Amino acid sequence: MLYTQKTKENGKVCFALEGRLDTVTAPDLEKELKEALDSSAAELVLDFTKLDYISSAGLRVLLAAQKIMAKQGTMKVVHVNETIMEIFEVTGFSDILTIE
Amino acid sequence: MDTQELNIEALEKNLPQVLRFVDDLLELAGCPVKTQLQIDLAVEEIFVNIADYAYAPGEGSAVIRAEISENPRKAVITFFDRGIPYDPLEKKDPDVTLSAGERPVGGLGIFLTKKSMDEVTYAYKDGQNVLTMIKRW
Repeated sequence: MLYTQKTKENGKVCFALEGRLDTVTAPDLEKELKEALDSSAAELVLDFTKLDYISSAGLRVLLAAQKIMAKQGTMKVVHVNETIMEIFEVTGFSDILTIE
Repeated sequence: MDTQELNIEALEKNLPQVLRFVDDLLELAGCPVKTQLQIDLAVEEIFVNIADYAYAPGEGSAVIRAEISENPRKAVITFFDRGIPYDPLEKKDPDVTLSAGERPVGGLGIFLTKKSMDEVTYAYKDGQNVLTMIKRW
């Protein structure tokens, strides 16, 4: 299960994720992100405070979002837990993404 | 050592059921949460691979055997399917130094499986793909 809390204000889009970002839940998030990231979106913040788990399906969504935002603004991932951070490091995502 | 098997249609929508099967056994064995998440990751990647490719364009089933012991603390998880013979471990590891723009979307699943488990082996036996992975904690 994945719960997403979304806010959008003055071009700043924030998604707070809770639960698991996996093969089952990643397509829904991808769809929601594509809807939110119209041309007015200049900043994307993904809050991982309550995200427990990410698999390669989730990484694919992050990479797709990063590619969109590289063209029109900035993206950062905040409050990443230790387990997910290790996955970012192993896959080189820690170099691709802005993590705070 | 406690051995249990789950025989299930290899469909992506069955992933939560597969993870529940494995997680319940790991919890019983007192596996730490972090290790459990690493095992979940590998189980997801392998099961989804079977669901997406083994029987394409048709459908088929998979058997997941979990042998979990507390002494020594170890999980051995084996996947069996009767699909197209395919050794996922032959796939070259992705270049993890590429920038976002240069990266192909995808191709990380098997790599993550190898990184999160201690051992992963493949064999084709009696008309079945047999992929075994081991994690100690």
